[in-house]
Amino acid sequence: MAKELWKGNEAVAEAAIRAGCRYFFGYPITPQNEIPEYLSRHLPEHGGCFVQAESEIAAINMVYGAAGSGARVMTSSSSPGISLKQEGVTYIACAELPAVIVNMMRGGPGLGNIAPSQADYYQATRGGGNGDYRTVVLAPATIQEAADFTQEAFDIADYYRTPVVVLADGMIGQMMEAIEWRKPKERALPPKDWATDGTRGKRPHNIINSLYIDAKDCAVQNRKLQEKYDRITETEVRYEEFMAQDAEILFVAYGTTARIARAAVLKLRKDGVKAGLFRPVTLWPFPEKALRECAAHENVAAVIDVELSMGQMIDDVKIALAGAKPVRFVGMGGGAIPAPQELVDEAYKALGRCGK
Amino acid sequence: MTHEIVISGFGGQGVMAMGKTLAEAGMKEGLCVSWLPSYGPEMRGGTANCSVVLSGEEIISPMVQSPTELIAMNKPSLVKFEPQMVPGGKLFVNSSIIELKASRADISAYYIPCLSIAEELGNIKVANMVMLGAYIGATGLLQTETIRGMLAHMFTGPKAALVELNIEALRRGAACVREA
Repeated sequence: MAKELWKGNEAVAEAAIRAGCRYFFGYPITPQNEIPEYLSRHLPEHGGCFVQAESEIAAINMVYGAAGSGARVMTSSSSPGISLKQEGVTYIACAELPAVIVNMMRGGPGLGNIAPSQADYYQATRGGGNGDYRTVVLAPATIQEAADFTQEAFDIADYYRTPVVVLADGMIGQMMEAIEWRKPKERALPPKDWATDGTRGKRPHNIINSLYIDAKDCAVQNRKLQEKYDRITETEVRYEEFMAQDAEILFVAYGTTARIARAAVLKLRKDGVKAGLFRPVTLWPFPEKALRECAAHENVAAVIDVELSMGQMIDDVKIALAGAKPVRFVGMGGGAIPAPQELVDEAYKALGRCGK
Repeated sequence: MTHEIVISGFGGQGVMAMGKTLAEAGMKEGLCVSWLPSYGPEMRGGTANCSVVLSGEEIISPMVQSPTELIAMNKPSLVKFEPQMVPGGKLFVNSSIIELKASRADISAYYIPCLSIAEELGNIKVANMVMLGAYIGATGLLQTETIRGMLAHMFTGPKAALVELNIEALRRGAACVREA
């Protein structure tokens, strides 16, 4: 198929339509506005429905409702807007409904700015809402992946009946790259026999709820959720290694930062330093075992975690390594972006050598 | 071969469109491409820029720190980005409104009166296409035919006449470079 030039946000929106998403509820915020803009024009062409809600809180609760009726539904926002949606996300997770939530992260905390950032890692992977729940978190590094992962997010959400987050940043949202449209690998999706889509007098009522007033019942639901999260952790972990096999310096980075780290790896290799990159693709479930094994090689002298934040994923890196290798950090908060040279310098520091 | 291009000017001068045209034409000619806009709180009359990378190899970072080519459509853009250029880089200056000359001797500068040429062609909106023509002429990077195909796809029906206007703008831009 011919390559097409797509802007990240528009590719995400088109991918949702191609995945059969017919409902979108959102509230505008930069740097993701092209998603609602695109869907407001194109969803109706596919018989779908676009609603610009009165607030993010309203939007996520509309998602809750549409998901409960068995529809494929998405919302998108950027950091402060995603914060507002957390109550709805924990309800959706507890009620075990499929939904896709896109976060094109921007600088924070607070209202922050509109520059690319990765400072919502904790929020996405730990759950910004209350209670013991997880969301699957997919982190694209290219526009191709943004298109692929958004389509697949709907399948993962339906398969496990759980909210799935596509976590990218303003850079991925705003940039254009050539992509090919392709379908995700097929999954046997279970029927949505739980949906509140009308009994037609032929079956008992379905009830969707996240209230378990009896502690025993709530414990049962928690156990059930945990078993599901364990299954996801077993089967959905994804990561990519780049020149990691013989690396003495191993960078760990995701999304946009992984691209910067790749540039640093190539620069270091050119200078004769064996550098490599481990890129988590799913941030939850985190590729803990794979990273541990990758960093366990004798040749790995140090691991350098790189993020557009003050250091959040580094916790998961440290958990994975369990002290086996020294972990260093390069990162900036508030929307600033490190240059590949800063990563190169850190690699030389880690090796106790002078750079070229 | 990797071209790292910064295109910068006032909002409304068509700098984003120029970048998208370069990226799309590059893609159609089989190159790896990326287009990254600056996206501050820009508005018409404010400053805007985009980074375009065209390469025979996979593009790692879409951010351009040291442009191999700079297209400066206004003076602030020239002042801001010229110092970042790689030695041997190519600089394209919109000499219709920028009176400054290149301050570096280690780059090639092309002075293109793109706005005046667009006025001669009867439509100031094609000033960016004149500049793009100059870029193509100086770098030999893309084929005018590729862009003609894209324009024919973009402008149809009552707008079809714009195809030839834009092609003429490209041609006039390229001619400036040949004369230089």
